[in-house]
Amino acid sequence: MNEGEFCKMKKKIKVIKIDAEKCNGCRACEVICSAFHAKPKYSSSNTARSRIRIHFDPLRNVYIPVFSSFYTPAECASRNKYIINGTEYDECVFCGASCPSRDLFKEPDSGLPLKCDSCEDDPPLEKPMCVQWCLADALTYEEREEEAEEEVKLDELETGLESLIDQFGWQKVIDTVARLTQKD
Amino acid sequence: MRYAETGYNLEIDLSRGSIERVETDPRLTELHLGGLGTSARILWDRVPPEVEPFSPDNLLIFSTGLLCGTPAPGANRTIVSSFSPQTLFMAYSMMGGFWAPELKQAGYDKVIIRGKSPRLVYLWINNDKVEIRDASHLKGKGAIETARLIREELKDPKIQVLAIGLAGENRVHFASIEHMRSSASRLGLGAIMGDKGVKAIAVRGTKDLNIARPAGFIELCNGILKYIEWRREHPIKGVPPILAYIGSPQEMAIHDEEWHTTGFSWGHARHRRKDFWTEEIAKRWKEIQDSAVERLISCYNCPMKCGGIIRHPELERYMMKCYSKLTYVMAAMADDLAFGFRIAGLAQEYGVDGFTTPQVMAFAIELYEAGILTDRDMPGFPSSNEERFFWLLDKIVRREGIGDILADGVYWAARKIGKGAEAFDHNTTRKHEQMVIKLGMLNPIYYLMYATGEKSNITQIEGQIPQAPLPKEVREEFVADWPHLPRWYEKEFKEFILKWEPRGEYALPFYPPPDLICKLVEWQETMHYIDDSTGICAGLSSFPIKPPYHINNLPQIISAAAGLDLDDAELWKIARRNRNMVRANNIIRGLRRKDERPPDDHWKKRFPDYESKLQDEYYQFRGWNKEGIPTKETLNELGLDFVGEEFERRGIL
Ligand code: SF4
Ligand code: SF4
Repeated sequence: MNEGEFCKMKKKIKVIKIDAEKCNGCRACEVICSAFHAKPKYSSSNTARSRIRIHFDPLRNVYIPVFSSFYTPAECASRNKYIINGTEYDECVFCGASCPSRDLFKEPDSGLPLKCDSCEDDPPLEKPMCVQWCLADALTYEEREEEAEEEVKLDELETGLESLIDQFGWQKVIDTVARLTQKD
Repeated sequence: MRYAETGYNLEIDLSRGSIERVETDPRLTELHLGGLGTSARILWDRVPPEVEPFSPDNLLIFSTGLLCGTPAPGANRTIVSSFSPQTLFMAYSMMGGFWAPELKQAGYDKVIIRGKSPRLVYLWINNDKVEIRDASHLKGKGAIETARLIREELKDPKIQVLAIGLAGENRVHFASIEHMRSSASRLGLGAIMGDKGVKAIAVRGTKDLNIARPAGFIELCNGILKYIEWRREHPIKGVPPILAYIGSPQEMAIHDEEWHTTGFSWGHARHRRKDFWTEEIAKRWKEIQDSAVERLISCYNCPMKCGGIIRHPELERYMMKCYSKLTYVMAAMADDLAFGFRIAGLAQEYGVDGFTTPQVMAFAIELYEAGILTDRDMPGFPSSNEERFFWLLDKIVRREGIGDILADGVYWAARKIGKGAEAFDHNTTRKHEQMVIKLGMLNPIYYLMYATGEKSNITQIEGQIPQAPLPKEVREEFVADWPHLPRWYEKEFKEFILKWEPRGEYALPFYPPPDLICKLVEWQETMHYIDDSTGICAGLSSFPIKPPYHINNLPQIISAAAGLDLDDAELWKIARRNRNMVRANNIIRGLRRKDERPPDDHWKKRFPDYESKLQDEYYQFRGWNKEGIPTKETLNELGLDFVGEEFERRGIL
C-alpha cells in the first residue's frame, strides 16, 4: 500500500434529487426543515429559517426548490440568469449561497448564514426531513460511496463566526467575545 | 408563552388611520379555539345588529386558524368574516393558499378592519412594521394582477397578497377576495373590503411560531402524512371518482366529469342533461383540460394538489381552484370546456364568486328570453350564450346599466326588476344562490343541512358520509375500517351504512329515523366548525369520506400544538359553542324558522309535514326553540350566558 492510497477515504455522498417538474409549491419542505432545526427540535416553525426554499412564480410556472449551500462574504462579480425552454429565470435563482446580495438563507434576526446539513441527527435519519415530507416526490434521496480526500469541514459555529468576522472585523468579534466571557 | 397562536391581533381603523397591535385573551382560545370561532365572538361583541354591512362600524376580519402556520399538514386557511350585503346575516368564507401562515409568521392571528378609508389603500404588514399605503395606482386592476404589482413594488417575491378586483371595488354583492389559486368568495366579503377602501393586504413574516409539545405533535403530523399516502392507493370503493379521494374535489386532475355534468343542473339550475357525457365529449374535454392545465399545485404545507396552473392562449396564466371550470360552462349551457377556462380566468381577475356569478348571468338570460328584460334594458346583448356571459360579466363588475341591478344577486335583482321576475328566483336560500342541484326524492339529511346551515352553502356543511347508499358488496369493508366516527355515534352510523338502500323500507326519505338524521347532520356540521376554527382545509378533514383528520385525532393534534388538554367531548363542545355563536349573530339580525328552507324545487317530491317535523326535531336536538333560537339553557351550558341575556333584553327570548 502506498502513502497516497492511505489518505483516501470512503466517503458517503448524500444526494437529494430535485425534480422541479414535480414540485407543487406546497413548501412542506420549508416548514419541516425549520421545525427540525428549531431548538428544542420541532418546538417552533418559521419558513424564513428553512435551509431549503422554493423559488416560485406560478404566473410563469416557475417552481425551483433550492438548498442552501455555503456562506460567502462577497457576492459574485456578475449575476447569472438562465433561460430554459423559453422561460427566463430570475437572477441567481439556482444558487444556494448565503450571500450579501440577498436575504435568502440567513437567520431572520441575526443574519447568520443557514446551511443545509442533510438533517444530521443522532441516530441518523433514514432520509432528510424535507425528502420525507415531500409527498410529491420532487425531492428524493440517494446515498452512494465515493473515494475522496478527507476535507476539513466547517461546522455551523465556524461558518457563523466567519460571517460575523466578515461583517464586523476580527477585532470587534474578539472584543465582544472577551466582554461576554467576563460577564459570565 | 403562547403556542400555535401568536396571541396578538392587528386592529386597523381606516377612518382614523390608526394601527394597533393588541394582545388577545387566552381564555377566548380555550373557549373558541380561533378562526371562525373567535371571529364570531368578536363580531358579536363589537358589531351590534343595527350596523349595516356597508357601515364604517361593520368589521371585516381576516383570521388565521389556530393551527395555521404550524407543521400540521393543510392548516393554511384564511377565514374572512363580516356581515353580508346580500343576506344581511353573518358572512364567512374560507380560503387556502399561503396568506394565513405568513400572517402568523408576521406575528398576528387576525387583522381586524374597522372604518372606511376615504381613498383606495392597501395594507402592508411586514412583521412589526405595518403601513396603510396608497393604492390609487391599483384602482381597477385585476385581483391577481394587483398581487403581482404589489410584489414588484415592494421588491419581495415572498410577500403573500390577498386582493379584490373591480367587482369588490364596485361593491358587487358576490365579489370575492382572491389569493393565488384560492378565494374567499361566498357572501360578498369582497364587497365589504371594497366598501372599506382596501384593495389588498400584503404580508411578509419571518418570526417563529411555537409548538407546546413538539415531539408528540410532530409524530401526529407524520401520522397524517402517512394516512394521506395510504389513501392515495386506497380510494373509497363504490362511489364516483370525484368522491373516492381526499382533498378538495380533484377537478384539475380528474377528467371524468360524468357525475357533475349529468347529475347537476345546467342553465339557471334548470335542466338535467342525463345524456351529456358521451365518449366524444369525454375525449374532447380531456384534450382541452390536458392542454390547459400546466401543473398541479398545492396550498401551504399540503400535498394534495387541488389547484392547477392554467394556460390559455388568450389569457395570462392563472391558477384555478376546483369546480369553477364547470360552473360557467354549465350555467351558460355551453358544451365547450375551453369556454370555462377562458371565462373563469377573467372572472378571477374581476374577483367574483364562481358559484353565484354564473347563476346570476343565467338568470338574466332567462329573464331576457321570457321578455321580462328586453333589448332596451340590455342594448347590444349578443345572441350566443357564451358571448352573453362575457357581456353580462363586464356589465356586472362595472355596475353598468342592467349590471348594476344584477350585481346585487338574484334575490334582490328579481325584486328590483319586478314584472314577474320574482318567480325566476328559484334557487336561493336566505337570499343566497345555492348549489345547482335539482333532484327527485327528498333527502332528509340534506334537507336539514340546506335549511339550517349558517353559511348558506352546502359544501361547507356536508361531508364524510357517502351521498348515496353504497353497493351491497362494499358495505362491510367500508364500516370495518372507519375510525373517523365520534365514539358516541359509532354503532348507529355503521348500522345506517349497512342498512341504507336505494329503494324500499330502508330508503330515503323515511329512513334513517329522525333522531339519526339529526345526529348525521350534527356530525357533518361539527367537523366543519372544527376546521373553521383550526384553519385545517376541509379537503383533508370535514369534506371527503374517510379523511386524515377526524374527531379521534384532532383533540390530540390541537392540544399538542396549542398546549390545551382537549378530548373528543370537549372539542365537540367547542364546536357546538362556535356554531351557536355564529347562529347568535344571525338570530339577533332576525333569522327565524321562516328563513330556513331549501329552494322549493330542490327536490320534486316534497313532504311538508314531515319536513316541518324534522325541523322541529333538529331544533330540539340542537337545544333551540321552535323558531330556531338557542334556548337559555343551551346558551348557559355553553358559557354563552351573555347571548341569552342580550336576547332577553331585546325580547328575542
Ligand atoms: S415539499 Fe416537494 S413539492 Fe412541496 S414545495 Fe417542497 S419540493 Fe416542492
Ligand atoms: S435536508 Fe434537512 S437541512 Fe436540508 S433542507 Fe432538508 S430538512 Fe432542511
